[in-house]
Parts: sequence; C-alpha cells; structure tokens
Amino acid sequence: MRILFNGAWRETAGAELAALLEELGYGDAVVATAVNGEFVAAAARTRTQLSEGDRVEVLAPMQGG
Amino acid sequence: MLRLYQVPLRSRLLLGTAHYPSPAVLTDAVRASHCEVVTVALRRESGGERAGQGFWSIIRGLGVRVLPNTAGCHSVKEAVTTAHMAREVFGTSWIKLEVIGEDDTLQPDVFGLAEAAAILCAEGFEVFPYTTEDLVVAERLLAAGCRALMPWGAPIGSGRGLNNLYGLAALRAHFPDVPLIIDAGLGVPSHAARALELGFDAVLVNTAVARAGEPAKMAAAFAQAVEAGYAARLAGPIEPRDLAAPSTPVIGTAFRG
Repeated sequence: MRILFNGAWRETAGAELAALLEELGYGDAVVATAVNGEFVAAAARTRTQLSEGDRVEVLAPMQGG
Repeated sequence: MLRLYQVPLRSRLLLGTAHYPSPAVLTDAVRASHCEVVTVALRRESGGERAGQGFWSIIRGLGVRVLPNTAGCHSVKEAVTTAHMAREVFGTSWIKLEVIGEDDTLQPDVFGLAEAAAILCAEGFEVFPYTTEDLVVAERLLAAGCRALMPWGAPIGSGRGLNNLYGLAALRAHFPDVPLIIDAGLGVPSHAARALELGFDAVLVNTAVARAGEPAKMAAAFAQAVEAGYAARLAGPIEPRDLAAPSTPVIGTAFRG
C-alpha cells in the first residue's frame, strides 16, 4: 500500500506502524511517531494498523533554539 | 535562586543548540556558558540516518536539562502533537511552546498559543510559551496554567536586542512573581545584561552564540553579562534623569563667592 511517509509517498508492506519502522531500518533509534497527525506512543506501535494513504511522521532529536 | 516549575537553577542563561559549526563547538559552548538548560527539537529523520541519535547522545553526555521546543509548528494541532512526541523522546514534561503566526518575523500566533497552552497544561505539561510582550496574552497564558513565560526580545535570529523596552518593562511590572525569560532576538551580551537589569529572570540565546566567530567565547561572555545584569538588578539601579547632577560635591568648591 502507499503511505505518505515524512512527506514523501512510498510503498510499504508493513501492516502495522512497528513493522514499517523495522522495514525502514529504524531499529533501536530513539524516534517519536505520529499517524495522521495524532501521536502514537512507542508502546502502541505494534497495534497501530496502517491504511492506504495514511500520513506517517517519524521524528528524531535535533538541534533547536 | 531561579526556579522554573520547581526546578532550581543556578544559571540564568539558557542556550539553544542549533546552528553551531560542529558538535564539538556546540559542546564547548554549552560548557563555557555554564548553562543548565538547553533547547532541543524534533525533525524528520530517515531510518538510515543517525544524525539525531548522535546529537541526542552528545546532549545527554553534557548532563544538562533539556527544554524541547515545537519550533516550526503553525497550528495548535501540530504544536500539541509535537509536544506529545517530544515528551516521549526526551523524557520531560517541559515544552517550549511555539505556534508561529507569521513567517517573515516568526511572530507567535498568540491566539493559537493560548489554545495550545490550555490543552497541554491540562495534560500535565509544564509549558514555556514563546510569546510577545502583550499583557492580555500573558494573562491568558497564565490562566491556562503556564507558570513561566518567554516573551521575545526581537524576532528570532535578528540580533536586535530588546525592541520594546517599555512593553517589556510593563510586562515585568505587571507580573512581578512570574518567571519571565527573554527568548529570541538577543544579539550581544549587553542585550542580555539589559534584560536582567530590567528584572527579567533569565534569557535564552541561540543564534548570537552559535553564529559568533568563536561560539564558546561568546557563550562565556553571555554568561558574564547575565551575572552582571542580575547583580545590578539586586543592587538597585538609579533612575535615569534628564539633566546633569554633579557627582563631585559642590560644597566647598574653590573660587566661588
């Protein structure tokens, strides 16, 4: 299915958010996730089902002012 | 001692972590500033990248408290979601709340800010709203549950200092017991000293240090300025006057009368 991942469309086989992160190589990286503008806690990623057209954001720590 | 949401802090200088030429320079600047709080952000990162992980590792190694921001958010929804994400990643309920309303000046959208602050305070966040010097907005933010305010000195990154001295002084006078941190727009250490002399509790500086020729030296200079400004405030500055007043006693002046 196609999802909008960090602002770019891509195909994924991952049915759940956790599987998508694994597929994209995040491994044990410290990141935060949101689907369709709603925060998804790390503990909820395995039970968060993705659907065609979902907007997924994966954010990492970064420099800020 | 300064207390922000019950956390005692010796340093009245908060430092941003963006725009440094290298992680090593950032590290040196943080150490030279003797700050205890640095601001951080969240940004998109692909699975193969590890820049964010490396950055986070450096910050943790510095042993300072982090104040995550919602920089770049233009709506209440974006800011609230980003705050939730930041709380999980950084493990703190502190959030520097930014809702940007205008791109040329990065002026806060104070209406969205008050709305987002109310949501986040109700959820247990300890909110540091990036706001203007507007008294009515400040009232709304405090009513929403904010226990500290971060009024701007000037637009972010402009280096112009304290643009509206009257407005900022009025804000200080109106809320004598609320921690007020000047955030944004400071360019040189004298701006920071002025803020502390006016009675502000602390300043947050980023660009002025990070973009300086020698960031660590500038960080140290800001630290000294903040200490000097705070000491001057405690010492009780004189009131300015329009005409001269001789500093040397006039009684007994020779050649008179």
